[in-house]
Amino acid sequence: MKSDPNVPKRLALIASKGSLDWAYPPFILATAAGAMGWEVGVFFTFYGLPLLLKDLNTKVTPLGNPAMPMKMPFGSEGFQSINWPVPTLAMALPGFSEVATSLMKQTFKNKGVASIPELRSLAIELDVNLVACQMTMDVFGFKKEQFVEQASVAGAAAFLEYAAEADVQLFV
Amino acid sequence: MTQTPDQVLDCSGLSCPLPVVNTSKAIKGLEIGQVLKMISTDPGSQADMEAWSRQTGHPLLSSLHDGDKYIYFIQRSK
Repeated sequence: MKSDPNVPKRLALIASKGSLDWAYPPFILATAAGAMGWEVGVFFTFYGLPLLLKDLNTKVTPLGNPAMPMKMPFGSEGFQSINWPVPTLAMALPGFSEVATSLMKQTFKNKGVASIPELRSLAIELDVNLVACQMTMDVFGFKKEQFVEQASVAGAAAFLEYAAEADVQLFV
Repeated sequence: MTQTPDQVLDCSGLSCPLPVVNTSKAIKGLEIGQVLKMISTDPGSQADMEAWSRQTGHPLLSSLHDGDKYIYFIQRSK
């Protein structure tokens, strides 16, 4: 906690998931905090690391994700409110993830929710510190050149030191 | 209470966090003392704008709820 009220608050986030649905919480929190004048750092690790790729390609699937509603982003209000009972086996069919991804993207667009690329651009505009986990880069074979140029690279100790001085620390 | 804003920002149809993000961008474009009118259709913007105002120190001069519109008058303080 900062004792000096003139020092901006700090938010330290860990983004550990890179699917379309789970990409939202870290970027929404980072941009909202940035908009409030907070200092923000997001540590992208494990499956969250691809969120730093220049070519962002987030996907979602209801497979193994039983709480995810399967709803249509078009048609009447009654039709859109139907939660389609898709059999688990059907979710394994080729192309299902692409369909689910495009439906979720369309739903978000219809509801005025920014896309992940838009939120990431806003985060960069708000000077959010985007930090790539070195160990994950080594394990999954990512190069710094593949990431947005604003990304820096660090490890667990560096994040912990940053988080120790933060007012809010969250793991997503 | 009605006021003449120096700038109007329409965030109708936009969801969290865009109303606060766009407000913060717009307020930076104003002179100190000038007033921004922000229009939102997001019911969540009520609690968000109050928190944003407390955190940034830019006072929320007034907020109105008219039908599906939430209207805020914010003054740039620093």
